[in-house]
Amino acid sequence: MKPAGVVRAIGRTTIRNIACLGHYGLFLLTSLFWLFTSPLKIRRIIEQISFIGVKSTIIVLLTGAFTGMVLALQAFYALNKFGGESLLGPTVALALIRELGPVVSALMVTGRAGSALASEIGIMRITEQIDAMEIMAVNPYRYIIVPNIVAAIIAFPVLGAFFSLIGIWGGYVVGVEILGLSAGTYFGEMTNYLDMQDIRMGIYKSLSFGLIVSWICCYKGYFTSYGAKGVGNATTQAVVVSSVLILIWDYFVTSIFV
Amino acid sequence: MRQAGLEFAVGMFIIAGILSLGYISTKYAKMEVFGQTGYQLTAIFPNIGGLKKGAQVEIAGVQIGRVKDITLDNYRARVVLTIQNTVKIPDDAIARIKTKGLLGEKYIDIVPGGSDIALEKNESIRETQPPVDIEDLISKFVFGKL
Repeated sequence: MKPAGVVRAIGRTTIRNIACLGHYGLFLLTSLFWLFTSPLKIRRIIEQISFIGVKSTIIVLLTGAFTGMVLALQAFYALNKFGGESLLGPTVALALIRELGPVVSALMVTGRAGSALASEIGIMRITEQIDAMEIMAVNPYRYIIVPNIVAAIIAFPVLGAFFSLIGIWGGYVVGVEILGLSAGTYFGEMTNYLDMQDIRMGIYKSLSFGLIVSWICCYKGYFTSYGAKGVGNATTQAVVVSSVLILIWDYFVTSIFV
Repeated sequence: MRQAGLEFAVGMFIIAGILSLGYISTKYAKMEVFGQTGYQLTAIFPNIGGLKKGAQVEIAGVQIGRVKDITLDNYRARVVLTIQNTVKIPDDAIARIKTKGLLGEKYIDIVPGGSDIALEKNESIRETQPPVDIEDLISKFVFGKL
């Protein structure tokens, strides 16, 4: 390949990627435009809260309990080295409420509901249901995208709270019942170290993760390529991109608030 | 019928979420739902050495209030305390800033005196004692002033 060809290839890739980013952004802006300018479909939102939130409750509770338990085990091992076992409660609670609750519950929901969302919308696209809606002057954003975004923004903080609470109790089971710490130390020290600011930060994180996951998963489904393979690819990409964005965004939210 | 079940499930989900958030906030974090009920006292310290807003105020190790505000007043620290209404502080009480354990946070310990007159709202605790400054202590020891 000639040198000019190489340069052109680099330029083409860059332009394509930036256009792709713009496409993501435009999709979000369009969704937000319809979210704020048209009446919400309450019935659809309730259905989607049920799908994204209620049906993810069991898996969030299960993973939350075990995360709290292993956290207590690991933190106890580390704190034990300098005789700081009394700080086990605050360590577990702070880690769960500020960090693990929002992030891990968001990752779990991405795997369970986000993938289903992307493939559902993707199949609506390839079976031309979305085109049919447009022909009948039904706005697909209002009926499909907006309810998902609203439902995710409502459901994620709730699931994050479930995760943190059950994780704290899981840590209690390990710390107090198995490792022999006193229950008073575990819960009593927590109130000294936990502020409302920590809880607020967890809620902000969950809210933003809800928006990110519903945005990416709806986008990937809405603009899927054709065929069964296209929908499969869209689903995989939706989960991967959402998870990566959750972790990257998490770093920036934390660094802003600390 | 199916719709009613769906609505019920979502309703339960939201209520449980709000309850668990409220539970974490009130039980494990320092949130007082109905605001701080109590009366205010002030205390002037020459140095507060790391005392923070929201720090505990204790008598005999029992928490009776919190630090509401810290401001600078004539190059000294003016600390406003919120004390529970049920606790009366004698006017010859001493407020000391102490540290929980070796590395713990700073708090205010009040040693009640023997006076029968209790401090009124917005009055100030006259006797105060700044925290022990470890570096000061070491330099006194090193330079032989102790």
